[in-house]
Amino acid sequence: MTTLQESALSKPLRQPAFGVGILAVGAGLIAAFAVPVLADDYWLSSIIIPTVIMGLAGIGLNLLMGYTGLVSIGSAAFMSIGAFSTYNLLLRAPFLPLPIVLILAGLIAAIAGVIFGLPSLRIKGFYLGASTLGAQFFFEWLFTNFSWFSNDSQSLTISAPRLQILDYDLQSATGRYYLVIATTALLIALAFAIVKSRVGREWMAIRDMDVAASVIGIRVARRKLLSFGISSFFLGIAGALWAFGYLGTSDAHAFNLDKSFQILFIVIIGGVATIFGNFLGAAFIVLTPILLDRLSLIIDLSFLGDQGALANLQHIIFGTIIIVLLIKEPDGLSSLIKRGVEALRPRARSSG
Amino acid sequence: MTGLLELHDVSLSFKGVRALNALSFSVAKGEICALIGPNGAGKSSLLNVINGVYRADAGDIVFDGLRFEAIHAQKAAHLGIGRTFQHNALFRRLTVRENVLAGLSRHGTASFFENIFRLGRDGAERRGFLARAEQTISFLGLPRHTERVVSTLPYGLQKRVDLARALVSGPKLLLLDEPMAGMNQEEKEEMSRVIREANRVFGSTVVLIEHDVGIVLNLASHVVVLDYGRKLADGTPDEVRKNPDVIAAYLGTVH
Amino acid sequence: MSYFLETLVSGLFAGVMYSLVAIGFVLIYKASGVFNFAQGAMLLFSALTVVTLTEKGMPFALAFIVTSFVMVVMAILIEWLVLRPLRNRDPLTLFMATLGLSYVIEGFAQLLMGMDVHMLDLGIPDVAVQVGGIYVSQFDIIASLIALTLVATLAIAFNKTRMGISLRAVAADTLAAQSIGIRLPVIWRIVWSVAGIVALVAGLVWGSRQGVQYSLSLVTLKALPVLIIGGFSSIPGAIAGGLLVGATEALADIYIGPLVNGSVSTWFAYILAVGFLLARPAGLFGDREIERV
Repeated sequence: MTTLQESALSKPLRQPAFGVGILAVGAGLIAAFAVPVLADDYWLSSIIIPTVIMGLAGIGLNLLMGYTGLVSIGSAAFMSIGAFSTYNLLLRAPFLPLPIVLILAGLIAAIAGVIFGLPSLRIKGFYLGASTLGAQFFFEWLFTNFSWFSNDSQSLTISAPRLQILDYDLQSATGRYYLVIATTALLIALAFAIVKSRVGREWMAIRDMDVAASVIGIRVARRKLLSFGISSFFLGIAGALWAFGYLGTSDAHAFNLDKSFQILFIVIIGGVATIFGNFLGAAFIVLTPILLDRLSLIIDLSFLGDQGALANLQHIIFGTIIIVLLIKEPDGLSSLIKRGVEALRPRARSSG
Repeated sequence: MTGLLELHDVSLSFKGVRALNALSFSVAKGEICALIGPNGAGKSSLLNVINGVYRADAGDIVFDGLRFEAIHAQKAAHLGIGRTFQHNALFRRLTVRENVLAGLSRHGTASFFENIFRLGRDGAERRGFLARAEQTISFLGLPRHTERVVSTLPYGLQKRVDLARALVSGPKLLLLDEPMAGMNQEEKEEMSRVIREANRVFGSTVVLIEHDVGIVLNLASHVVVLDYGRKLADGTPDEVRKNPDVIAAYLGTVH
Repeated sequence: MSYFLETLVSGLFAGVMYSLVAIGFVLIYKASGVFNFAQGAMLLFSALTVVTLTEKGMPFALAFIVTSFVMVVMAILIEWLVLRPLRNRDPLTLFMATLGLSYVIEGFAQLLMGMDVHMLDLGIPDVAVQVGGIYVSQFDIIASLIALTLVATLAIAFNKTRMGISLRAVAADTLAAQSIGIRLPVIWRIVWSVAGIVALVAGLVWGSRQGVQYSLSLVTLKALPVLIIGGFSSIPGAIAGGLLVGATEALADIYIGPLVNGSVSTWFAYILAVGFLLARPAGLFGDREIERV
């Protein structure tokens, strides 16, 4: 027992780190609240909101792929379930407040996630990709072929009938921003709580060596399904935010295979098994097309022809970056930044 | 005779190749039992059958009074069968502490909801787990490496982490698959000491696989010799050492 | 009844087309353990190259040869720039890399050769002929013959040539193959080249059916369930899987489709594949892998 006490006492070093952590979280929250003062509506609506939501979706996939080691190439399907559930709950259960609706939508997505995760109990690797890809095609089909889900609208589109908490209307860019950032902040906290708990540790054990995990008594099947459920919960809420906090009006095709690939790329670019890295990946995915657009205004890219050519150029750049990252930086941008910070630290200390 | 572990006519084959052939033996509670035999004798397969990684084609196993034909690996763990691996099977991206903590999973009592939101039973579970993990880590002489990611540790230390992960849950039966492979004489002796201590302090019955006959005959109180999936000899180190079949098939030819 | 038969037969022919794509995957998977998502992009790229060259006035045969050459160059580049640096990495990483690769190849294909839909006429008349009381498309028959020829050629190459034997050695045991002096990079270059040419053939057949355009690259998604059913490493499996998917998909579309508001072809094959996975995790002819610990 003395060893335990000693080791507990020998860790006062961690205390300040914890304090710094609290400070950082506080500063982050203040900064998050100050953003609308500094940024105009374009920045909010076209850059910040989509980046935050896609980062959140990245967290969803990362919990499954980065922490539990299970592949999904159908993340967008679970986003669409969240979006369509939110729409129908808002429409058909008008008495429910928005936060409750979002949680319920997340739970519905979670149930779908568990169902499509069932094959993970028997199969592994990219074979499992087939199941999630099946979800991708199935739900896109479901939401376009059964107009009940879009309240029989001719265009099969959905837009939120109301977006308010208590009496605050959240339709403005600032309102939507606060909805998105508050939801995301809570879910980030949840994600950290999960990965730091026994659940997170058992996920990572399964990821690193599933036979050994089973042999030491981890309930592998239950944990895998839980991972599918929680991952889909995050994705479902991200999907609802994407549909109503960013797009305003959307349909099933807003959550197509391309979106699933984007989320996959966010995880690879940001870093596998990270939480904040997803926002780096998301920023990359959101900003690159915008930057290329801007660039084409400054530099004459007319030799490329039309808008389509620009999209192709984007594809080439994305693809190349993915490959280069996989080769050079398998842990993603977040580890690059971590190394950068560590390289700077001694200098900062000596100068200060 | 009844032991903690009994095997009755256990057979196993892969694609027609017999790995275990109607194998029977018994391990008494509290002993250290060594399995020896040339490569391909079926030693690792045997451990895999005992703790449910493989499913035997025939025969049954009695562990702690429970008879079963096939067991799921998880169930085996929950019954108190711990295991280390011949090839590195650590959770390589986790730290030493996290690996050892993971070894305690079968003792988890809190629901995932309690775990995530740190409610109810989670606090006691966390504290209890940490205390046991720290205890086991220092027992194996690893405290300096607690925060290290295991894939960055040298091989010998990884073997110890593997043992710590199996030992931490206080298994009734501890299966060790070549715990001293790739070690020098000094390290082997140190490991022998640790295994003996584990056997004494934690009260775990040990079944281990080891190639170094000198070490085995010193460490074990019971030796089972396997050859091509059959049992060649079974007895105390002295009996086995004198067994003519063993001398012919194994001891006489190697080393 | 004849309606059922016609549906079944046309489904089987569609299945042959799926198999044609799936074979390219199997080749690469066998030799390098990579699930090559970029196979569809290679299909698009090769078909687009042929069409562009013939539209510029090059005779078809020459365009075919030039494109084959281009696909070989592409294979060498892929081995050099992507596979070699990623050697010894886990299969998932390699899969992601091929996903990136598919973006690059698609991007280049359309950037260089445009995004228009090109008609491709292989000179095969697409008319219905009556065979044994049911109507069958002549095009389908010829496409199947092409597929059959391709498979037969590959089978002979695999079993009779020195290269083919080395390749099978690599597929069976990579380390052992290397230790007897088989050079892995060479094998990879060859296999990716062959897969490139298989993609070219498949691209031409598919392209003449539905036009040479972006959607060609999406046949990857049709091949995936086929591969899951047939097993990733078995050419007979790819063919059987293709036929099974083609037939059941066509029948499901006719008989289940009307019950659920329209075509189920986007997802039916996947549900079938998942069902299959649960029943037979290793596929039709795949070997069960035993986990070593």
